[in-house]
Amino acid sequence: MSTETENPFTEGTDDIERKRTIGRVFVGVCFGSAMVGVAALVILLADVIIEAWGWLTWDFLLYPPTQSPDNFLGGIRGAGIYPAIVGSIFLIALTAVFTLFLGVGAAIYLEEYAPENRLTSFIEANIANLAGVPSIVYGLLGLAVFVRGAQLGAVLLAGALTLTLLILPIVIVSTQEALRAVPDSQRNAAYGVGATQWQVTRDVVLPRALPGIMTGTILSLSRAIGETAPLIMVGAATTMLTAPDGLMSPFSAMPMQIFDWAARPQTEFHHAAAAGIVVLLTILLLMNLCAILIRNKYDPRS
Amino acid sequence: MSDETTGRLGGLKRTVATIAPGESRFETSNTRDANVETTDMTAEAGQSDVATTERNETESSSSGGVEMPTSDRPLGTPRVDDAVIEARDLDVFYGDTQALNEINMDIPEQGVTALIGPSGCGKSTFLRSINRMNDLIDVARVEGELYFHGKNIYDDDVDPVALRRKIGMVFQKPNPFPKSIFDNVAYGLRVQGKDDDVEEKVHTALERAALIDEVEDQLDESGLDLSGGQQQRLCIARAIATDPEVILMDEPASALDPVATSKIEDLVEELAQEYTVVIVTHNMQQAARISDKTAVFLTGGHLVEFDDTNKIFENPESDRVEDYITGKFG
Amino acid sequence: MSTETDAPDLSGTGGGLEERMNDFTRWIFLSCALVTVLTTIGIFAVLLFGSYGFFSDVSLVEYFTGTEWYPVAHEPSFGVLPLIWGTMVVTVGSALVAIPLGTATAIYLSEYADRRVRKTLKPTLEILAGIPTIVYGFFALSFVTPVIQRFFPETGTFNALSASIVVGIMIIPMVSSLSEDAMSSVPDELRNAAYGLGATKFEVSTSVVVPAALSGIIASYILALSRAIGETMIVALAMGNSPQITTNVLEEMQTMTAFMVDIAISDASAGSVGYQSLFAVGLTLFAMTLSLNLFSMWVKSRYREEYQ
Repeated sequence: MSTETENPFTEGTDDIERKRTIGRVFVGVCFGSAMVGVAALVILLADVIIEAWGWLTWDFLLYPPTQSPDNFLGGIRGAGIYPAIVGSIFLIALTAVFTLFLGVGAAIYLEEYAPENRLTSFIEANIANLAGVPSIVYGLLGLAVFVRGAQLGAVLLAGALTLTLLILPIVIVSTQEALRAVPDSQRNAAYGVGATQWQVTRDVVLPRALPGIMTGTILSLSRAIGETAPLIMVGAATTMLTAPDGLMSPFSAMPMQIFDWAARPQTEFHHAAAAGIVVLLTILLLMNLCAILIRNKYDPRS
Repeated sequence: MSDETTGRLGGLKRTVATIAPGESRFETSNTRDANVETTDMTAEAGQSDVATTERNETESSSSGGVEMPTSDRPLGTPRVDDAVIEARDLDVFYGDTQALNEINMDIPEQGVTALIGPSGCGKSTFLRSINRMNDLIDVARVEGELYFHGKNIYDDDVDPVALRRKIGMVFQKPNPFPKSIFDNVAYGLRVQGKDDDVEEKVHTALERAALIDEVEDQLDESGLDLSGGQQQRLCIARAIATDPEVILMDEPASALDPVATSKIEDLVEELAQEYTVVIVTHNMQQAARISDKTAVFLTGGHLVEFDDTNKIFENPESDRVEDYITGKFG
Repeated sequence: MSTETDAPDLSGTGGGLEERMNDFTRWIFLSCALVTVLTTIGIFAVLLFGSYGFFSDVSLVEYFTGTEWYPVAHEPSFGVLPLIWGTMVVTVGSALVAIPLGTATAIYLSEYADRRVRKTLKPTLEILAGIPTIVYGFFALSFVTPVIQRFFPETGTFNALSASIVVGIMIIPMVSSLSEDAMSSVPDELRNAAYGLGATKFEVSTSVVVPAALSGIIASYILALSRAIGETMIVALAMGNSPQITTNVLEEMQTMTAFMVDIAISDASAGSVGYQSLFAVGLTLFAMTLSLNLFSMWVKSRYREEYQ
């Protein structure tokens, strides 16, 4: 019966079909664009792995670099990235201590203590702005304040303090989010039995927010471990033959060593740089995995 | 040998399966029975229902409309010769939830048809199935037929976009685009390729939406700068600018204050001179004031009674409808 | 005395250990928060003082109008324009890559991708944002430049094109994820309104959603540009170290950031004008990124007002 009835919806259907065709092309273009990003990621990883193939050995992880590229592939003695790995680990460990203290402290103040006044909103706006400052500018700050001003020299402590300032805004914002996720009912329950603000924070808020804080901090640290420009400005060594042995020890870090190798004209060093990148990306991956595991284990939402 | 048996059994099952869709009448009468139970209806009411149904049956088939199934018509069901929209056994599901249950309804040309009922009764779902807005919800599924001028809009050869150009819609919350007042009204015209004389058409639409006096000097300003009531009238202007045949309104005044509401109501009555207006409202006084016909949906997505508005509000057939109208339940 | 009265002591100044801890921690936490303010003050102070030394030797006019930048040469010249030019080239170049790709990706993610695709595609693209820039620099040098050289054999080992493309790839996720946030927060009511008027999905996406999210989208562009201006390692590795104003993107150029790296790893002595130029260039860079960031915030705050 319906087939006999004239279709009243034929008016403009050509126009609609034309627009649908444009729409299909449009979706194709949009999808293709999304795939360009994915392809770039795949090509980048493939390029690095291919360049590193055969160069990433146990010796590479365990020996200091040498001036002769031959040593990388089992010469008289091995050559590798060992001092820079230790440097990076020390650097990140130190940075973690500083940022946890400063970042969590600042976030607690802003979320739990701060009155709603001009100072608070100024601090918040300031943090948002700091997050957009190029990392090389933090490097200048570290150079002028820690290396020269405080006369620390180009040592591990100066590098760690500089990276701390760099990731502080991100840590504060992610910690604030973790603190905000603690329901107010829990706070009120503790206030209700006469706890002070500090007791509420210590006994109720922090334990609940800890997984979120850890996740955010680890993710921020994984950004710090790949930072190169601030370390260059601070004057970290591009190549160190020995691993750092204290706060006041000169140091190199993985990205510095990679930069040094990548900038050399000999292609052998480029392979070494690629091998270094694989090590760096593996550490990054492990840190991110840690963060995800912590989040999945403790986050009730996921 | 065992293979043969299973083969035969399979064949049997298949036969049963092919019969099943044709048995839908069973299901529908069951639903009706359930209705009778819950409504606590008297035998007389049931009989009069059947009588009305039969009378209408002959008339609507003689008038050449779409045949309405005998067993599952709502109570009342006025005689409609000039139905624009005819729903036949219309079911809508959201995932596993059935939102509309066997709706049969003829909506006449012009005038205001109000859909009322408690929240969750399916009245908005029915409205959205008229212009296939439910297509936009992934989990929504429609069964049955819905005819517009005798053409089932759920047929494969109906383009929902073309359909929506004939059936305009005004939403619960005023939703002007973050564009100028002019561009808001012109949007539909441009999309539909009707943007010759766009200035004049926008002006006319704003005039008919009783908004022109308030915005004449600020057509370039953002539609979001208007008050809530003005925004809703802007949305009405936007809907009528392209001159659809039917205008669907989903509780258009529920977010507005009383003064803005009464302006919208005046406007709806005005529009009904030219357009077929179907309006969902939870405000019974509003339905009584502005509509010519009223359909009462009750829980479970059932259309319980559909009749002239006066009849519904003064002497409904169903006790449940009476209870709902008088506020005893809902 | 007070123990004998019936009225309870509600002053809270009893001086108990917990009360003192409370006051103490409050001050500790406030100091932590103030470190961020000190950081800002520190950045301004360091850049201004450092530049003050520089500008007492070099005139502002020479700095901003000179077209030659040889700060450590025997006869030095201090015209910053070549560095700004290099920065502009890489910023515009990366924008040409990232803005179309990032916007189209955002439209796909927000309007077309079904939930499962979005759930894998989005984190995948965000990995791009987490890769250290030194890795991108290596990628530019070891993959992108050789590919360009295959098409244009005259291309140098260091060239602006390779660096621009790779910086562009790096900022794609910034454009796409911030733009997608803006598009996803466009209320569905607007989409429904357009569908109700007989618009196709294509029209709903391009003529309703994108315009409605425009300020958020533009804010994401500005932030991405600001990131490109401050990007250091990609340009330091792949774009080269000769400050020159040229329109040939296959040639070497130097950005402000690449110059800063160049000076830092060279042995310019601390008091020299060449060394002090580090701070003048740093200040110029900071001024550019700060104004872009503030502009982006302003654009975004306007957008928030519209929907509240």
